[in-house]
Amino acid sequence: MEQRVRQKNIILAFFIACLLLLIGRLVFLQLINKEYKITASNNVLRYEIIYPSRGLIYDRNGHLLAENRAAYDILITPRELKSFDTTDFCSIFNLSKERLQHLLAEVDKRRQLIGYQSVTFLRQVSNKQYAHFLEKSYKFPGFSVQTRSVRNYPSHICGNLLGYIVEADRAFLDENPEYRAGDYIGKTGLEESYEAWLKGEKGYSIFLRDVHNRIKSPYEEGSYDKASVPGKDLVTTIDLSLQLFGEELMKNKVGSVIALDPTNGEILTLITSPGLPTQYLTHFGAYYSQIISNPLKPLFNRSLMSAYPPGSVFKLVNGLIALQEGVIVPETRFSCYMGYHVGSLTVGCHAHPSPANLEQSVMMSCNAYYCNVLRNILDNPVYENIAQSMDKWQDYVKSFGFGTRLGIDIPGELTGSIPGSDLYNKLYGKRGWRSLTVISLSIGQGEIGTTPLQLANLAAIMANRGHYYTPHLIKNLPENALFKPRIQQHQTLVDPEHFAPMVEGMYQAVNAPAGSGATARLAAIPGVELCGKTGTAQNPHGEDHSVFICFAPKEDPKIAVAVYIEKGGFGASQAAPVASLLVEKYLTGEVHPSRTWLYERTLEQDLVSRHLE
Amino acid sequence: MRRGREYTFVKNLDWWTIAAYLVLVFVGWLSVFSAVYDPEHSRIFDTTQRYGMQLIWILGSWLLAFIVLLIPARTYLLYSNLIYFLGILLLISVLFLGVERSGSRSWIMLGPVQFQPAEMAKVFVSVGLAGVMSRPHFHIQSSRGLLQAAFLILLPAVLIVLEKEAGLAIVMSAFIIVLYREGLSGWVPFMGIVAVVLFLLSILWEPIHTLWLCLGISFFIGFLESREKRSALIILASFAGVYFLIPLLLRFFSVDLFSHMARYQWFLALTAVLSVILLIIAFRKKLTFLKILIPVFIACVLFVFSVDYLFNKVLKPHQQARIETLLGIDDDIYGSGYNVYQSKVAIGSGGFSGKGFLQGTQTKYNFVPEQSTDFIFCSIGEEWGFLGTLFVLSLYAFLLIRIVQISERQRHPFGRIYGYGVAACIFFHIFINIGMTIGIAPVIGITLPFISYGGSSLWTFTLLLFILLKLDATNH
Repeated sequence: MEQRVRQKNIILAFFIACLLLLIGRLVFLQLINKEYKITASNNVLRYEIIYPSRGLIYDRNGHLLAENRAAYDILITPRELKSFDTTDFCSIFNLSKERLQHLLAEVDKRRQLIGYQSVTFLRQVSNKQYAHFLEKSYKFPGFSVQTRSVRNYPSHICGNLLGYIVEADRAFLDENPEYRAGDYIGKTGLEESYEAWLKGEKGYSIFLRDVHNRIKSPYEEGSYDKASVPGKDLVTTIDLSLQLFGEELMKNKVGSVIALDPTNGEILTLITSPGLPTQYLTHFGAYYSQIISNPLKPLFNRSLMSAYPPGSVFKLVNGLIALQEGVIVPETRFSCYMGYHVGSLTVGCHAHPSPANLEQSVMMSCNAYYCNVLRNILDNPVYENIAQSMDKWQDYVKSFGFGTRLGIDIPGELTGSIPGSDLYNKLYGKRGWRSLTVISLSIGQGEIGTTPLQLANLAAIMANRGHYYTPHLIKNLPENALFKPRIQQHQTLVDPEHFAPMVEGMYQAVNAPAGSGATARLAAIPGVELCGKTGTAQNPHGEDHSVFICFAPKEDPKIAVAVYIEKGGFGASQAAPVASLLVEKYLTGEVHPSRTWLYERTLEQDLVSRHLE
Repeated sequence: MRRGREYTFVKNLDWWTIAAYLVLVFVGWLSVFSAVYDPEHSRIFDTTQRYGMQLIWILGSWLLAFIVLLIPARTYLLYSNLIYFLGILLLISVLFLGVERSGSRSWIMLGPVQFQPAEMAKVFVSVGLAGVMSRPHFHIQSSRGLLQAAFLILLPAVLIVLEKEAGLAIVMSAFIIVLYREGLSGWVPFMGIVAVVLFLLSILWEPIHTLWLCLGISFFIGFLESREKRSALIILASFAGVYFLIPLLLRFFSVDLFSHMARYQWFLALTAVLSVILLIIAFRKKLTFLKILIPVFIACVLFVFSVDYLFNKVLKPHQQARIETLLGIDDDIYGSGYNVYQSKVAIGSGGFSGKGFLQGTQTKYNFVPEQSTDFIFCSIGEEWGFLGTLFVLSLYAFLLIRIVQISERQRHPFGRIYGYGVAACIFFHIFINIGMTIGIAPVIGITLPFISYGGSSLWTFTLLLFILLKLDATNH
């Protein structure tokens, strides 16, 4: 017999050493490390989330714009599913057999992923269906109901302003770890901007559970539960009746309307047409394909997101710059021979008395006058070369809020574009351009893009004679640095005294007697001193865009408005009536009997068909 | 006189081992009961519940033990080849007749019950190996003998891999302990363990830690094999000293060396320089210690880096993930690392004295998957705490020592070799199973002997143990 004592001892020592290794590890896990004890208690407790109701949104006069109502989602827990009466189920929820089979098949595909959890099977069933289901729910093991609050809109206003609510997607969840899958978030409009203010705080109830998510009992009789905190309400600067009136006027038209209070930058009306109907907002996902396929792009908020050439309303800016630069005085006259002619170049104009002074040039919107104005600005001998004067011009224009974001408190605002010497250097070469090359800028055409919001802001600047406040939609938000928009007063680079002749011109454009050549007489309101400027922006894709900006009253203005109607034709014919009716409604509360025809004409106008050709 | 013989037989049975066996089986049943306990089904004999079934398996195993004790001991020696052959036949037939169960094709239906022959392989390999190795002219040191033994072990291992029960195939590697006892050079199991450990560590650890371990291993080997113990210590100490001293000095002179160099590169550079110097010294002064240390170290480093390279550069991410999952070293506690993480939480939360019988929240609420089979140790750890786990491990230690002692006192080599086979299998199952529940061994899905739920495992280990007890009882 071979006796191998050494081998035996080594084997035994090896066994013991390995078992000691295990014991050592157990000493660490069970005696030293405390982390696992904490994890164990987290594991067993199940936090059932209680969703808060979202903050309400009011207009400036306390009318509700958005409220909440209860909605019921039907949940399914695949592991608890047993065979059930499908006919009965279909009749409760008004489903077709095929649809039910399809939904069940979808759930079955994800079965492995879902595990023991519950997922939404039917979204937002009606109250009646919910009540019906509750009665018979014992017949459908594996199905349950989850109550949620969803938005309801008592007044049907432009949905782009409010924004919609959707389930948070993966990208959003990755960036915002405080949100969980299944949470709803505001998208676009006020709902997105003020998400943090509106959302409230989720609460929870704690239950003991097993890993299959089966709840065993409430933990410590609910003493550690946390109630949800409802979202805070939001008071906006919107005037609901004015907003609804404006939307009525914009029906059948494509474009935008912005009205604001020039004294503080509060936006009274913000319309993009066609907009998102509010009933789409609650079921945004369901309507998505329908919204996207609409050729008029209702999701696109034209008032902030589209940069158009401003047309003749931009003459105001050029005139003011020229006054500030001292290249003209209010008495300066230029002749107009049905346009501006230099060599082969012609900028056409309409028939009007000539020569005109500055005030008359605004009133009659003389193109030739502003060609001269711009040339005087750009060929000013004070500057070494045109690049310098061009950049100076650009600085002036930007001080009016053009070419920059104004900072409105809903997402998506465009900067627009204002050209400088670098752009033209790029286009024509360093010495390849002169004042005549860029002459169309004088009448608001060419390489220039402005948003309707910026035009409304221009109206406010005219009303204030030289300054503006950050346009905003939120009123009286309690001190909270996180969400409060920075509302500041901005001074333009043009001194207030230069505004008088331009404002007078705007006043005359609306209120001068017939035969004077005034462009916007249609906008005149009895008893209201309206100042306005028309614009007709050339559109290479069809009919010209119709533009009008105005403010009223002339002294101590209360409202400034910009209207931009795509393919509307002359500024005077479409945009001016909409803007003036809106001002009238705001200042007098009604439409004057002598203007009822204009109101009715505006309602009847159908300009949408032009876009669908 | 017959009565006397029977009396002697009963007296000769090793009752200490049987006692340990019975206690372990009882602990096992309690743990299974606790793991699947549900107040709605509280009857012990409820066969719809696992503890009810386990009771049947336990009673069955006792019947099996009794039958084994009735079979004459010499049967196993006489028919060892036949037993082995039938076992192999069974494994092959499973490949064709087996039913699939959670991914592996290793179960056969015996009437209402399912049975896993791969578990049984431990029995017939132990018997077959003991039969061959106990022949008078068998020498494990001869290449012929080694090949024979290796074939006997590897054939069933390959068949079990084909049944997709990789874990049970790996168990076969435990038989190397038997070969070592019978005269195989200790280097073979030692290097095997070193290779496995280095393989795992080069995937798990930073290179620098693995390198230090390599140095430690080489030093250990060199130290064992040399007579100049003092010079060995001096060399290791001076290496460590230089390794730490030079960066300190450089920092003192504000020379920034390590912004261009990872720590392990510095380690390797230093080692390379020192190795050359030491090799020259070794050959001039004939220091055997160094002649061993340096090649072993280089071999270790090459091994580690080739595994690292293979794993990180050659394998695609999904292949890496599969290996990590197989080894249970995935950190993703919500993905494949879930089992081990939850298991550690369960055991760790048990603390010193545990939460009490049936009070375990982790296991009771089914956080740990497979908790009545592979992860049964969680239930013990959580409910009985460190006292419980220490008790179970002590019982196992007692049992293993007892089996080794029994093996050593066998007069016939067959009994001794078979006994070591039993000890090796039980040891391997214990170490890997408990190791995987506490996160120090790969999760290869093998059971905890005598405790895990399931008939195949319990019957196999009962069979293993009682054949040995029968051999022992007739030894005198």
